[in-house]
Amino acid sequence: MSDTTNQLLDNLNALAVGIFLLTAFGIVAMRQVRGVLNLFILQSLMLAASAALLGLWHHSEHLYGVALVNLISKPIIVPWLLRKTTPEEIYSRREISQVLNIPTALLIALGLTILSYFLAQPLLNAVAPEFRGPNVPIGIAGLLLGAFTLTVRREALPLLIALLVMENGAFLAGISISRNLPLLVELAIATDGLIIVFISGVLIRAVQKHVGTTAVGKLSSLKESADEPSAKEAEK
Amino acid sequence: MNIIIILLLPLIATVLVCIPFQKYWASGVTVVSSVAVLILSARIALQVAAGNPVITTLDASIFKWISVDGLSALILLLIAFVATTAAIYSVGYMAHQNLRPWKLRLYYANYNLFVFSMLAIPVLAEPTLVWIVVELTTLCSALLVSFENTREALEAAWKYVVLSLMGAGMALFGFLVLFAAMQASGSDGAYTWNGLIAAAPSMPPVLLQTAFLLILIGLGTKVGLVPMHTWLPDAHSQAPSPVCALLSGIETSAILYVILRLFPVMHASPNSHAEKWALVLGLISVGTAAFLLLQVRDYKRMFAFSTVEHMGIILAAVGLGASVTGYGAMQQIVTHCVTKSFCFFAAGATLMTVSTREIAAVRGLIRQSPIAGAALAFGGLAIAGAPPMAVFLSEFSILKAGLIQKEYVATGLLAVFIVIAFFGIMLHINRMVFGAPEQNHPVAENVGNVHLPFSCRLALILAAVPVLVLGFYIPQPLNELLTQAAATLTK
Repeated sequence: MSDTTNQLLDNLNALAVGIFLLTAFGIVAMRQVRGVLNLFILQSLMLAASAALLGLWHHSEHLYGVALVNLISKPIIVPWLLRKTTPEEIYSRREISQVLNIPTALLIALGLTILSYFLAQPLLNAVAPEFRGPNVPIGIAGLLLGAFTLTVRREALPLLIALLVMENGAFLAGISISRNLPLLVELAIATDGLIIVFISGVLIRAVQKHVGTTAVGKLSSLKESADEPSAKEAEK
Repeated sequence: MNIIIILLLPLIATVLVCIPFQKYWASGVTVVSSVAVLILSARIALQVAAGNPVITTLDASIFKWISVDGLSALILLLIAFVATTAAIYSVGYMAHQNLRPWKLRLYYANYNLFVFSMLAIPVLAEPTLVWIVVELTTLCSALLVSFENTREALEAAWKYVVLSLMGAGMALFGFLVLFAAMQASGSDGAYTWNGLIAAAPSMPPVLLQTAFLLILIGLGTKVGLVPMHTWLPDAHSQAPSPVCALLSGIETSAILYVILRLFPVMHASPNSHAEKWALVLGLISVGTAAFLLLQVRDYKRMFAFSTVEHMGIILAAVGLGASVTGYGAMQQIVTHCVTKSFCFFAAGATLMTVSTREIAAVRGLIRQSPIAGAALAFGGLAIAGAPPMAVFLSEFSILKAGLIQKEYVATGLLAVFIVIAFFGIMLHINRMVFGAPEQNHPVAENVGNVHLPFSCRLALILAAVPVLVLGFYIPQPLNELLTQAAATLTK
């Protein structure tokens, strides 16, 4: 392929990866639960796009496979499964009580993104030049931002999506440095993601039925000393 | 071929138990399939011990990723053993709960799926596939942890899923980096544990070490290494007791096995610090767990913290220098597995007798139920490491090897923590079993049904045999298997 085409593919990939990062930021901060789900769908589409573009660039069928699997599983089956397993009410919730307020959370997220560039540098120096690109640092950023979202969110569905964002991040970095993973493995990982959604959905439904809340992050009755939780609940 | 059958049996059992039939159909199917798996695993273990590791000759895609060497055979045998005793224990324990039939079938279906996912860990040799089944163990056991649907159980299950999957996300990236390191080394071997060892010397060290740390932290979350252990005492105390035996007794060791698989790879690479990391993380885990053991209030949580302690001991033992302490570490995996599963059976028997998990509410158990009391006392002594029992022997051989290695500070710390943990466990056990009721604390009334179901007593006896026997006699094939497994660590 000619140099201009390669340049174009490279730029398009950078665009997709950039949008991926933006959606990860949005998932940290967005209050509406349904909005978080939509952002996640957009993020998965960007992951699939990045895989397809890299596949086109490096003539790799494996990456087309990754793109296809991601295109089908995350944007289509995940929302469908969630609708099947979780109660409808969960989508219309707005999350007011995050642990940190939104500007602070975004500032920390920014710090994590810069950190991920530093973390990625030694890795990028160790691989062949054609593997270098924006995917690795932004994938690591996705991993870190997902973990960060897990710590600041309280509502069940954003927490579940944060888990999937971590997986997306690991993938985004993974596809650019390890291209020839057997397709069977890709398929199995995608299936795994669906089982995560299913099991968590069932758990969310059970929590809502038996405890009466979907803010699972607030559950804290299990502590080392038996006296603490009751005292804490009395405070609230 | 046997391995394929071993993997298929629990899956077939999962389908069969879903059929509504007689009262004891689901439990019966589970017991039969577990016993069959145990027999087949024992045959494989014997074959491997005799020096014939299993390598499938089939060339179809998935079969080429199956192989069993000494280390795998050891873990496989332990999983099959605990799955069998826990299945026998479940028969009486779950019948005691008076569940509705569909709920009981759900339990056994989940149980078999969970056993399947664990059995797949040691027999697969392709790291990313291993990652997938590790993730499956979390997902299959999550609904078992939340099985009782109480507020606490649901909270425990949620924490378990979120933290384990968070770790799994990091480990996934670790495995992908490992794959990249393999490609960067220019090796065209298969991406398997052995292929990694062969390619390790020419891998870029920075990639290998990043991958190792990501996997150590990621999977360490599931093993329950401090500071990623916070979910473990919750999940391991809220699940039904037979499931606790599986979770605490073998699941943690099976995940630790995956981490141990990376040590020979790191050995082959120049200038790796894998053992230092293992030693530090292991010692922190043992120390933290030892002090937490002194102040627990729930006896199932006590055994869960003891699991954190034992995982720390194994990891620290590997960190002391696997070439010398490897045998002790492997022995510790075996003894922890048989002893901890026994402890949770004893805890379950106690729970059936007094129906409370609180340590302070249980006093003079030996007078209420001699069997439960004696089992708890025996289990406590065994897991704490009292002399005639198996754990004593393995801990002793680890400490001895540590001294041979001239690692006096680390070995000394390890010994001190083990002693603190011993006192912590025995303090609570002694009061629960023999103590007189306290004045100001209500003691749980005997719920009337002191009679333990037959299957529970049978499981207690079966599980107690290796706890006692391995304390002074290690059969020749097992010894051979342990030696091979220890050699795998430093290959």
